[in-house]
Amino acid sequence: MRLSGQGLTCVRGGREVFSGLDFEAASGDVVAVVGRNGSGKTSLLRLIAGLLIPAGGRIVLDGGDAEMTLPEQCHYLGHRDALKPALSVAENLSFWADFLGGERCGAAESLATVGLDHATDLPAAFLSAGQRRRLSLARLLTVRRPVWLLDEPTNALDVAGQDLFGGLMRDHLARGGLIIAATHTALGIAARELRIGGMA
Amino acid sequence: MTALAALIRRDIRIALRVGGGALIGVLFFLTVVVLMPFAVGPDLALLSRLGPAILWLGALLASLLTLDRLFMADHEDGSLDLITMSRTPLELACAAKALAHWLAAGLPLIVATPVLGLLLNLDMAATGAVALTLLAGTPALTFTGMIGAALAVTLHRGGLLMAVLVLPLSIPVLIFGVAASQAAITGPLSFGAPFSILCALSLVSLIVGPFAAAASLKHGLD
Amino acid sequence: MTLIDLANPTRFLALSARVVPWLAAATVILLTIGLYQSATAPDDYQQGATVKIMFIHVPNAWLSMFVWGVMSVASLGTLVWRHPLADVAAKAAAPIGASFTFLALLTGSLWGRPMWGTYWEWDARLTSVLILFLMYLGLMALWRAVEDPSRAARAAAVLTLVGAINLPIIKFSVDWWNTLHQPASVMRMGGSTLDKSFLIPLLVMAVAFTLLFVTLHLAAMRNEILRRRVRSLQMMQASQKAA
Repeated sequence: MRLSGQGLTCVRGGREVFSGLDFEAASGDVVAVVGRNGSGKTSLLRLIAGLLIPAGGRIVLDGGDAEMTLPEQCHYLGHRDALKPALSVAENLSFWADFLGGERCGAAESLATVGLDHATDLPAAFLSAGQRRRLSLARLLTVRRPVWLLDEPTNALDVAGQDLFGGLMRDHLARGGLIIAATHTALGIAARELRIGGMA
Repeated sequence: MTALAALIRRDIRIALRVGGGALIGVLFFLTVVVLMPFAVGPDLALLSRLGPAILWLGALLASLLTLDRLFMADHEDGSLDLITMSRTPLELACAAKALAHWLAAGLPLIVATPVLGLLLNLDMAATGAVALTLLAGTPALTFTGMIGAALAVTLHRGGLLMAVLVLPLSIPVLIFGVAASQAAITGPLSFGAPFSILCALSLVSLIVGPFAAAASLKHGLD
Repeated sequence: MTLIDLANPTRFLALSARVVPWLAAATVILLTIGLYQSATAPDDYQQGATVKIMFIHVPNAWLSMFVWGVMSVASLGTLVWRHPLADVAAKAAAPIGASFTFLALLTGSLWGRPMWGTYWEWDARLTSVLILFLMYLGLMALWRAVEDPSRAARAAAVLTLVGAINLPIIKFSVDWWNTLHQPASVMRMGGSTLDKSFLIPLLVMAVAFTLLFVTLHLAAMRNEILRRRVRSLQMMQASQKAA
């Protein structure tokens, strides 16, 4: 499986964020998108996720599921955790598992992996920022998707959480997945850098 | 299908749990209806003549004001991004959300109608007629109002702007809703004709609403 | 036993656990006596047996206002003295007050049915009670809308006090609005002109209902304290990973 972008141009609010951007990632790759604030790291991820429409260029996925579009094969982990405080931890996770569909593994195991099995029935409102992030990670584990698009994934995670997350990424790569992460801190895993927006 | 059922289940659950979101709509409905006699006077004959109109206006305002945050909450917490990316067509997801909203916030209004009919001196037949027209007409209000709720996300502002956008769209529903209930109570027109048009309006909005809302959400992505 | 001692929720729980059964027993006894007396009271020469609704209606109407008074004092406790149990008292009282108000409306309209010919007449008294009911519901919605009880407490306290100041104004306006439209009120319930055969059962019922309120209120306060404990335990559980 190979994900590539050619000559991508992104315009937001009348301002050209980047233009003529090329990138390439294959199964087992981690691409760390780096650049100063406002250079368009998040925009690039949202372009791949189909949440923004490119002003130019194209994005191609070779060797994925032919019956599914690129966004349907992606997990997008944005700044916001897509959690409802009124629902319990288990309800939040099972909703996304039901809604996103596709191949999945046990919600209970995912919660145990991210260290939230003690809080399954508690409202998500009681979780700390780091725990909410862990719950979002559980979503990535419960529903299998080959492409992970991660926006500052280690935000709010403590050291143990970052180690855990490193392990989860390695597992994902070992299964043949690929990861594109926007970050300005170390990911804790060997990654190829994609620098956008010139030098900081 | 599981995806849509899951979405409906989640939205209803949230509506019933968080601050009685759905029930505040009923409370608003009740308050608006109670305000009317203070403006027009406690004349029971007059109130029973105005009754269907008052109930319809109250239900219209109550169902539109609770729609305000239909998509806003999902937009703010990032859920909308994931819903857009998923295999479920956005149009169907919008329809499911509107259906959940109608079940949680629209149906209670209809259940409350008989009590309010009592306050306005409507007899059993009149109350039944108003409740029936509301049952047929409120889906149209929800599914048209949904377009406004989607625009509110695109434009980053809801509240009054949304009301100004959507209220004119709901005028036909109001006309035929009140006409059908009046026809059932006093005549001289037949109940069937305006009621059929009301049902038709609901059916049309069932199709138009989700497509317009999804189109607006797709263009508003950023 | 001072207010300071009661401020400790644990002591309040211990004390109320002992008091509530006695209060409940006293309520049952007084209600039984009151209901028996009401049932055996003579029929009114004008209204016939319908007058007996009065024995339920008047205590409910009295409590609908009394409970708001209790909530106002509790709100002062929240805002001025910062008494730790004040907002618990205010929150626990609202649904009970709303229930009494609802019963007052229901019995009022049942009583009005034979006299007005309709279940509802925009009579000045009933209309004021209806507005009171709406205010109770609004207050309950406010309590439910805010997740964190301590944050909701101050907002609810301000609203309760504003309501207490506004209630006489509303009552006056409604009376004025009503007389403007219909000079003579249909229903007359004289206070002092009541015959002794009516007055005594009425007083017994009023005391019984007040006791009922106190019992329910203490029980509801206990539930609210326990509910808050469950909530903080859940938050503790969420924050610590089980080993």
